[in-house]
Amino acid sequence: MSTTTSPPTPTESVEPPNGTKSLVRGTLPRWASWGALGAAAVLAGLIVRLLGFGVTPFVLSTAVLYAIGISGWSRWVEGGRKATDRAFTALVASAFLLALTPLVSVVVTVISRGLDRFDGQFFTYSMRGVVGDGGGAYHAIMGTLITSGLATLMSVPIGLATAIYLVEYGHGRLSRAITFFVDVMTGIPSIVAGLFAYALFALVFGPGTVNGFAGAVALSVLMIPIVVRSSEEMLKIVPDDLREAAFALGTPKWKVIVRVVLPTAVAGISTGVTLAIARVVGETAPLLIATGATGSTNFNPFSGQMATLSVFSYYEYASPGVPVDPSLDRAWTAALTLMLIVMVLNLVARSISLLFAPKAGR
Amino acid sequence: MAKRIDVKDLDIYYGSFRAVRSVSMTIQPRAVTALIGPSGCGKSTYLRALNRMHELIPSARVEGKVVMDDQDLYAPGMDPVDVRKHVGMVFQRPNPFPTMSIYDNVAAGLRLNNKRLRKSETDEVVEESLRGANLWEEVKDRLRKPGSGLSGGQQQRLCIARAIAVRPDVLLMDEPCSALDPISTHAVEDLMAQLKENYTIVIVTHNMQQAARVSNYTGFFNIAGTGQPGELVEIDETPTIFSTPTHTATEEYISGRFG
Ligand SMILES: Nc1ncnc2c1ncn2[C@@H]1O[C@H](COP(=O)(O)OP(=O)(O)O)[C@@H](O)[C@H]1O
Ligand SMILES: [Mg+2]
Repeated sequence: MSTTTSPPTPTESVEPPNGTKSLVRGTLPRWASWGALGAAAVLAGLIVRLLGFGVTPFVLSTAVLYAIGISGWSRWVEGGRKATDRAFTALVASAFLLALTPLVSVVVTVISRGLDRFDGQFFTYSMRGVVGDGGGAYHAIMGTLITSGLATLMSVPIGLATAIYLVEYGHGRLSRAITFFVDVMTGIPSIVAGLFAYALFALVFGPGTVNGFAGAVALSVLMIPIVVRSSEEMLKIVPDDLREAAFALGTPKWKVIVRVVLPTAVAGISTGVTLAIARVVGETAPLLIATGATGSTNFNPFSGQMATLSVFSYYEYASPGVPVDPSLDRAWTAALTLMLIVMVLNLVARSISLLFAPKAGR
Repeated sequence: MAKRIDVKDLDIYYGSFRAVRSVSMTIQPRAVTALIGPSGCGKSTYLRALNRMHELIPSARVEGKVVMDDQDLYAPGMDPVDVRKHVGMVFQRPNPFPTMSIYDNVAAGLRLNNKRLRKSETDEVVEESLRGANLWEEVKDRLRKPGSGLSGGQQQRLCIARAIAVRPDVLLMDEPCSALDPISTHAVEDLMAQLKENYTIVIVTHNMQQAARVSNYTGFFNIAGTGQPGELVEIDETPTIFSTPTHTATEEYISGRFG
């Protein structure tokens, strides 16, 4: 056999026939991006130094120089398509960093200024009788937990039931009307929700009725549409196959919903609910109007004004005592606490979705 | 178990669109009846009308009679939920409940139907159904694992086990093998041969060899054109349909000239 065909001799180049250009192109080395970034930074540093500007111009010119440099270099070595790719990668990454900047800045500022009063006293003392130094936000933390908790207790059943109606039962005009009003509710400014609750309680219990429950009502006005929307989406993505499988076993509809549809969607729904809580827990305006503010601890949501973290932070900042500093410190620490609560809620949401997600393991 | 179904002048509608026109047939007990025909001719629609799943689609309705054991399934006082307990269904795509283990999937029918069984009784039903579906040996060591971890063919047999766990009289199967590989298809076909000892089985298939292999009776559905309702052309014993059908359309379809 070896006599009939000779093995193909390795040619020097892999040049395709007919004079077309080689498909193989040069590539930039692996370190190209970092190298170019370093060079851009050095160059930008020199320029900024010579002209005497600050940090922002340095970062901006680094980004611009990097984008120009890497795409030019790539065009030289790798050709047009890859150069465009690299230019856009640089653009997208810069946009991401730009979007991240305010976030990082807020986090850093709140942590660095909030840590001053992040102590035991802050979490165990109210502001009752405190003038100047000391005091804490115990009453405000409790108020935030109570108002948000009540709002959740009201919003979740209403919101979930609405979503179930929309997905499982509603097909006609009523469901279109509900969808429309939920959309409208999504856009309600939070201060309007506060005014609504205030007016409602003034109407029913007499003018000037300001308490924790009124705040919870205001918060639910904001929360219900979020819960409806997210639960609706989650219920919609439950495959119809599963409903049919359950129906085919001779299961009544309500049971199909309770035992098959909801368990399948529970991860998404609880994530949505948790994020809805995170969304309203930091509301200020509606609570300012409907719940008021106080320096002392009030556990009763049905009577008397109640402090909440956001309102507490606002008042400590807007009308500080004399001297000013202890008040400002408390405002920052309250903001930090609020941020931590939101962060914990987000973590909870994530673990819920991991915990409940249908497992596909073997 | 295993009941005979007499269908009389069944018209099936989606809103104002009549998808199936005046079907009359007798479905024999302890036998496999295969329904064949070009796609879109209303086989699935017809099958779903037999256990009143059709009406779950908004504005879908049915006219005519489906008589099982002297009882018209579409009689005014008849509860569709009860009908579905007696007429089970297996779908084209395997659809085990993703939140439930293999065990819970099989027990789902019992639990969803409010039967209060002791643990040992449930264990028994689960084992029996899984054995009935030829799946027991493959899953007995991992009953607590999720059903979605099984292969496609195993999932389909799990769905069959789930359907027979509620002890229906009739089992409807809508192209149960079309999402399966040949080996799994073979397993499901074997299973049908066993199940027909105890059940009335109706299977929709677009695989003619399959119809010839597994069924005792074959019904041929056809459609005059798009937008027209589907009709039952003829139904007879499978060997007759495949050798000497009465209608030329049947012969043309079977010999692969259209469809
Ligand atoms: N949910 C539905 N709504 C309206 N028309 C439908 C629906 N499902 C099926 N049809 C129509 O009914 C006819 C029969 O469909 P189907 O029973 O699925 O056919 P087959 O199963 O024989 O392929 C087709 O014309 C199809 O377009
Ligand atoms: Mg079909």
